Amino acid sequence: MKYAGLLVMPAGFFLTLAALVLFPDAARRLAFVLCGLAVIALGLVVAVRGHMPIRGAGRP
Amino acid sequence: MTMPAPVLDDTLFALTFALLLLAPLAIAGVALINTGLGRSRSAAQALLGSLTLASIAVLVFALVGVALAGVISPAQFVVHAAGKPWGLSGLGPIFLHGLAAAPPHAQLALLFQCMAVAMLAMIPWGSGADRWRLAAGCASAAILAGILFPLLAHWIWGGGFLAQLGANFALGGGFLDPAGAASVHVLGGLSALALVWIAGPRRGKFPREGLSTAMPGHNAVYVLFGCLLALVGWLAWNAAGAVLWLQAPLATLPITALNTALTAAASLVATLSVTRIRFGKPDASLCANGWLAGLVTSSATAAVASPLQSIFAGAVTGICTPLLVELLELALSIDDPSGAIAVHGVAGLWGLVAAGCFAPQSGQFTAQLLGVTALLGLMLPLIYLLYALLNRVLAFRVDPDGERIGMDLHELGGGAYPEFVIHRDESYR
Repeated sequence: MKYAGLLVMPAGFFLTLAALVLFPDAARRLAFVLCGLAVIALGLVVAVRGHMPIRGAGRP
Repeated sequence: MTMPAPVLDDTLFALTFALLLLAPLAIAGVALINTGLGRSRSAAQALLGSLTLASIAVLVFALVGVALAGVISPAQFVVHAAGKPWGLSGLGPIFLHGLAAAPPHAQLALLFQCMAVAMLAMIPWGSGADRWRLAAGCASAAILAGILFPLLAHWIWGGGFLAQLGANFALGGGFLDPAGAASVHVLGGLSALALVWIAGPRRGKFPREGLSTAMPGHNAVYVLFGCLLALVGWLAWNAAGAVLWLQAPLATLPITALNTALTAAASLVATLSVTRIRFGKPDASLCANGWLAGLVTSSATAAVASPLQSIFAGAVTGICTPLLVELLELALSIDDPSGAIAVHGVAGLWGLVAAGCFAPQSGQFTAQLLGVTALLGLMLPLIYLLYALLNRVLAFRVDPDGERIGMDLHELGGGAYPEFVIHRDESYR
């Protein structure tokens, strides 16, 4: 799951790049960039959840 | 493709050079903070590690990374897509070839980036305190200085695609990062996150039941003195960055310095208030985190914001930092002894977004968001991948016995405080 989250994150970045090329007007560009950020945030949440250690695993 | 180098007159050159000679005080401050926030049994390893990592980072960047950053030569590797040029990396010479003949701006830029890469290498070191092996830390510094920082530095400062967002897509002045909020602090915070994920928490930090175990820093005096020292370095760093990367005139530098101090001050006061309300008393280490986070935010905002905007940016940083440190530890089980993820990573991201809000140019906010997506969407997975591969070759984490006796004895053979028994616990039995 942690790797899935990290793989989703570049998709968000490429979405923002696509917004630059596809939309000449500022409002739609910004909206698409925010969507890209949301995708990155989603990937980050999945990656964080995947990395949460099992409680007590590090106990000596 | 080549980018023309800006021209500096003699006065600005001398001033910027003098400012850059003060910048190492910021590095010294962060090194002291990292050491003070770790445990006493790892203090010597922490400070020696800071020196070593900074040294390796500067060497690797100066000899190899400088080519990718495109500091000495303006030549760059460009891909043409959708009718626009996208500068992806520099194509300069390695081993500092041609430095003597480079223009004064390029020489100062190289000095600035050498300082920046030294600071960058130390940021994840604090997060790996008490468990990250020195050899693995050195390898990590080499990766940051040889690959990741040069690429980002080129994109932002060397005429790469983020710098050209303004010229190619009419997005303000392109991605603005006058003093390394993105290329140093956010990159450092993200590498700290990747490191903590891969190395895992300190032993006993998250017990099977109940709250996480408190492992307070061993020397609040180091931490708080480090904060004061860092201020001097940051004042110089922000002013030098404004001259080098924004071509700011001399007359604007006092306001840049004032904004730096105001952001840090507002952040400290906000953090102090939050910890006072939450815990009944101000918390020294969280206040230090708040101060440093304010300085990190100022790296992005000081040269573009007004004094009132700087106070606002600092106050937001100061409110969010202690809450975020708590969230990361208690809710997300992320063991980050120095708080680098919140202090450098998140405060830097907020500074970059705030700079987009404050900057007067149209489209600047979108340009800043694009830079943020490049950092989070491209750099974080790349750092994680490189660190995971490195961890296969050179294990990040010390063995359990080394963690039990402390990094000083395990890695250096002697402690930082050999004449004192700090406290009795399982290590000394």
